[in-house]
Amino acid sequence: MTDTLRKLLSSAFVGFCALSVLIALVPLAFILFFVVTQGIRAINFDFFTHLPRPVGETGGGMANAIVGTLIVTGLASLMAVPIGIVSGIYMSEYAGTRFAAAARFAADTLNGVPSIVVGVFAYGVAVLPFKQFSAMAGGFALGVMMIPIIARTTEELLLLVPGSMREGALALGATRARAVFTVVLPAALPGIVTGVVLALARIAGETAPLLFTSFNNRFFTTSLTQPISTLTVQVFTYATGPYEDWHRQAWAGALVLVTIVLLCSLLARFATRRLERMHARS
Amino acid sequence: MAQAWRKDIGFRAGTGVFALLLIGIVGAIGVELTLQSMKSINQFGLDFWRTEIWDPVAGEFGALPFIWGTLYSSILALLLATPIALGIAVFISELCPAALRQPLVFLTELLAAIPSIVYGLWGIFVLVPAVRTLEASLPGAVRSLPMFSGPPLGLGMLSAALVLAIMVIPFSSSVAREVLKSVPSAQREAAYALGATRFEAIRAALFYARTGIIGAVMLGFGRALGETMAVTMVIGNNPQVSVSLFAPQYTMAAVIANEFTEAADELYLAALVEIGLVLFIITLVVNTMSRLLIWSMARSGAKAPAAEPAAAAVPGTA
Repeated sequence: MTDTLRKLLSSAFVGFCALSVLIALVPLAFILFFVVTQGIRAINFDFFTHLPRPVGETGGGMANAIVGTLIVTGLASLMAVPIGIVSGIYMSEYAGTRFAAAARFAADTLNGVPSIVVGVFAYGVAVLPFKQFSAMAGGFALGVMMIPIIARTTEELLLLVPGSMREGALALGATRARAVFTVVLPAALPGIVTGVVLALARIAGETAPLLFTSFNNRFFTTSLTQPISTLTVQVFTYATGPYEDWHRQAWAGALVLVTIVLLCSLLARFATRRLERMHARS
Repeated sequence: MAQAWRKDIGFRAGTGVFALLLIGIVGAIGVELTLQSMKSINQFGLDFWRTEIWDPVAGEFGALPFIWGTLYSSILALLLATPIALGIAVFISELCPAALRQPLVFLTELLAAIPSIVYGLWGIFVLVPAVRTLEASLPGAVRSLPMFSGPPLGLGMLSAALVLAIMVIPFSSSVAREVLKSVPSAQREAAYALGATRFEAIRAALFYARTGIIGAVMLGFGRALGETMAVTMVIGNNPQVSVSLFAPQYTMAAVIANEFTEAADELYLAALVEIGLVLFIITLVVNTMSRLLIWSMARSGAKAPAAEPAAAAVPGTA
């Protein structure tokens, strides 16, 4: 191969790589553009304060679905945050052990389980025995998805805390538990909170695990033992329905969802930056 | 002294129970799905996966169209996504100016953060009409090929593969980026010292990192297999085995999402759970293999690569 050809090939390759970035960013721009333009046209005050109207009537909103999403994700966090953080502590404190490796493997496996499969599992565990779709079952399904995310984030962040801090506490006669809970964990806490926020953002956008756990409800409810509407399931119902006004509301719902995700990502990014600067200074 | 030691044991056991819970959940998913699908497993045996007819009303349950649709759509998505994902990884880790790096990482990871349902909504109202126009504009000679046969509906395999490809790109590319980062710079420097062009040096780095790169691609494959909402909304939901990209088809995840709440009798429900069980096993195998590849790369490489986009909130695997 001549040198010119080699250089040409190299330039073509560099061009291809740059082009791939553009190819990936085009759909991103398209999606954000449509969600924002269609969403803004559709969204109004009623969307946040009204209930869905009966089929055929236009107007109304998703107040019940917004409250439902808050309740279901809240339940999921109640379950996943303690379990995730404590198992993360185990994985980092006893990082070298076989059992920690097994737990880590389980967390990664769980993280890769398709969300629809988690839904089927939650149906069998939290719906069938009670013969009732419920907010609780939806929270359980999302909680199962959230646990591995929080566990792995906690583990990673605890491992980043300088060993000298833990050793200092131990040298002063602290028990392992005391060293972890009063020295190591507080040092990593801002990062862990960031991780929880990101996990929440991801969980709030889940639809599949809720289809047959929290199901859907046209009415306003805060009962944990009743089926409950959520933003994502409502967007799905409206998007696949035949009415023009439903489609309008689906875009509005999508705008709310994307806004939540974007805000959380930016917030987390901002927090991580500050953390990095803090670490750099110390 | 002895007391402190005893307390440490208590701490270890106390936190260990929660770690055990993680393992327990994975086990419980497998057991629960197996128990719930026993009826279907006993009734149909392996024929379940060889039968093409899915007619719940007549009590006929064959899951071949679903496993076909899942594999076909995921493989197509992978073919589309892999070159782009690798291109992005190479561009961000090897080629782009340092100031561009962080914003580009953020933007590509944003692709992973957008909820599946939003992809689906966009798919239905924007992508599917565009694909329909594209399909209708193809010349007749092309349309007579089996891969492009059938009416141009828009809803179908092509739309599903496109949406899946977009969704998979950030996963593969972020792992590939981390894998590339773990390639010792001596590898590249040696190539440059021998007079290699940029492409040749990067090719050497890619070759060095091949196990990890394959792992990254497989991780994307695992994601594509289990993706539910977006695919359900654009694939057309018609249980048939067809090579046509235009044909409306069905996937394992989609049939569960659509029919689970309608499954009136026990056998129907058990058949759907069995599809879930097999989907669980397939993704388990694919993900495990991909992690093993990434890990083995990490062990041989200088630095442990982290996995999955930070926007998806899982910084780190190794």
